[in-house]
Amino acid sequence: MLRSTLKTLALAAIGGALLSVSAQAEPTKVGFIYVGPIGDHGWSYRHDVGRLAIEKELGAKVKTSYVESVSEGPDAERVISQLASSGHKLIFTTSFGYMNPTLKVAKRFPGVKFEHATGYKQAANVATYSARFYEGRYVIGAIAGKMTKSNTIGYVGAYPIPEVVRGINAFLLGARSVNPKVKVKVVWVNSWYDPGKEADAAKALIDQGVDVLAQHTDSPAPLQVAEKRGIVGFGQASDNIAFAPKAQLTAIIDNWDSYYVERAKAVLDGTWKKGDIWGGLKSTMVSMAPYTNMPADVKALAQKVEADIIAGKVHPFAGPIKDQSGALKAKAGEVLDDGTLLGMNWYVEGVEGKLPK
Amino acid sequence: MSGLDHLTPLILTVITASTPLLFAAAGELVTERSGVLNLGVEGLMVTGALAAFAGTYVSGSAVIGVLCGALAGVLMALVFAALTLSLLANQVATGLALTIFGLGLTSLLGSGFIGVTVENIPKLNIPGLSELPVIGPILFGQDAMVYLSFACVGGIGWVLARTRIGLILRAVGASHDSAHALGYPVIRIRYLATMFGGAMGGIAGSYLSLVYTPMWAENLTAGRGWIALALVVFSTWRPGRLVLGAYLFGAITVIQLHAQGLGVDVPSQFLSMTPYLVTIMVLVIISRDHLKIQLNAPACLGRSFHPAQ
Repeated sequence: MLRSTLKTLALAAIGGALLSVSAQAEPTKVGFIYVGPIGDHGWSYRHDVGRLAIEKELGAKVKTSYVESVSEGPDAERVISQLASSGHKLIFTTSFGYMNPTLKVAKRFPGVKFEHATGYKQAANVATYSARFYEGRYVIGAIAGKMTKSNTIGYVGAYPIPEVVRGINAFLLGARSVNPKVKVKVVWVNSWYDPGKEADAAKALIDQGVDVLAQHTDSPAPLQVAEKRGIVGFGQASDNIAFAPKAQLTAIIDNWDSYYVERAKAVLDGTWKKGDIWGGLKSTMVSMAPYTNMPADVKALAQKVEADIIAGKVHPFAGPIKDQSGALKAKAGEVLDDGTLLGMNWYVEGVEGKLPK
Repeated sequence: MSGLDHLTPLILTVITASTPLLFAAAGELVTERSGVLNLGVEGLMVTGALAAFAGTYVSGSAVIGVLCGALAGVLMALVFAALTLSLLANQVATGLALTIFGLGLTSLLGSGFIGVTVENIPKLNIPGLSELPVIGPILFGQDAMVYLSFACVGGIGWVLARTRIGLILRAVGASHDSAHALGYPVIRIRYLATMFGGAMGGIAGSYLSLVYTPMWAENLTAGRGWIALALVVFSTWRPGRLVLGAYLFGAITVIQLHAQGLGVDVPSQFLSMTPYLVTIMVLVIISRDHLKIQLNAPACLGRSFHPAQ
């Protein structure tokens, strides 16, 4: 009797020890899904840098995995649910077009936490996050306004969604804050990543008189064309100076590291809550690459504009703002609120061409 | 800016956009004329692009790079040929598999070359001639590969129409049983034609990664191989019309971008569709004439050859 009791107790003790050891040793799986290749040296690349930051910070406690070049659509839903059903506890879906697939999968897996980049719909287990890239766009707009001689600056756009339109508007407003005569020409590539088409779009803009080039597409191709043609431009999402040593003035860099580490820690601690973060230059989610290839006074201006935005003295969307039809969208002294910014589907005065709907 | 000033850079961009299509389509034309339907042009192009970029980066010479691209195309085409001509696999399925394989293989092998740059291929510069307004840079200021593309298409057209080799190739494509009965080595000819198509596809890819956008990025070809395939049919397997088709497609692609920049009031999504729409329209118009198709299409296209013992 005593022997059998002792045996049971021993087995229970060993079982309990094993259970606790295995619970401790089980790393939390964190998954990532990217819209382009991490080799794009732009958007997806920076998200992957964030993923590596999680691995570095949290070491053996997490195990990250990623799937790249997943197109926005039915494929996305398949990949996200695959990640969710294979034990991932936190999944980052890093593109606007993943919004509906993320929400659908989130409903089926209430125990998994989702972080959707640049979206605007949340749920109990879906948080959204984005960066105020438009602050960076305002800064590069100011630089462009000063550097242009033809008063025509160009923009290679991907899709006409509010995020991209907001960027174009901020770019123009920044340029007009130092040069009221400047105009922006936009060409839409209808893809986030297609180096050939982006290069063609850049050539078309340059052939039409553009002498400063900005882009909201993910490859360094437009900047390469700018370098070849002898004009200047801006890198997108990461520092592309290697591709255009003489042409890149600066780049808007996405820094997801601290946000990603913070959210992964929250899942590990169990303190994760849904939220909607929109950090800008101040929170370092957006930062500018070193200012080069420009005269000292333009560099000083850029640094001042950057500092003013961080200090809150300058807001890119401060009134008076008129749209293309001349209607007043913001009065003097007024600032456009986040809601208007998120749903922005109109051009400000000075952008050439009509916005495709 | 005068209209003429606008025209020259536009035409130069059109030439750059059309040249890779011309190379790939010309190679595929030869392959199809011999009766082999190689749908793997996209895979050939992207492999050639990576090989050429890697070759140029390692050796410092663009010529070696282009040769590497051609060689890579030949090797990929050899895999396809072995599967379809010797092992009698279905040509359509194998071609599709070749495309997917090429895209995946290059993604894997190319990761080390991302973010790297190479020297540009120099443009021709004949003092005096190259400075002529409009026609100067267009006719005399191109890089070597543009001239090569026209030389290749001209050469292919001449060989197919006027030489014995061309006649035999066409015979194999028109009726492989008759050609076999006459004693011609059908399988060997098809192997060579497929490898030639592979080399041209590889050169097309090398143009993309060395001249068009001098860098390596995943899926650099972005569907151009499929356009080249369509262009072969568009041209009813005639090299002269191939030039027309390639340049039409390239021109529309570039013009739609210019139209956007000029502020033309058509939604950009629609403008992006126009090159493909025009290609489809022309294909539909051509296909309605059954007689023309029958006269021009290689009758044995896509059919496996079993030598009757």
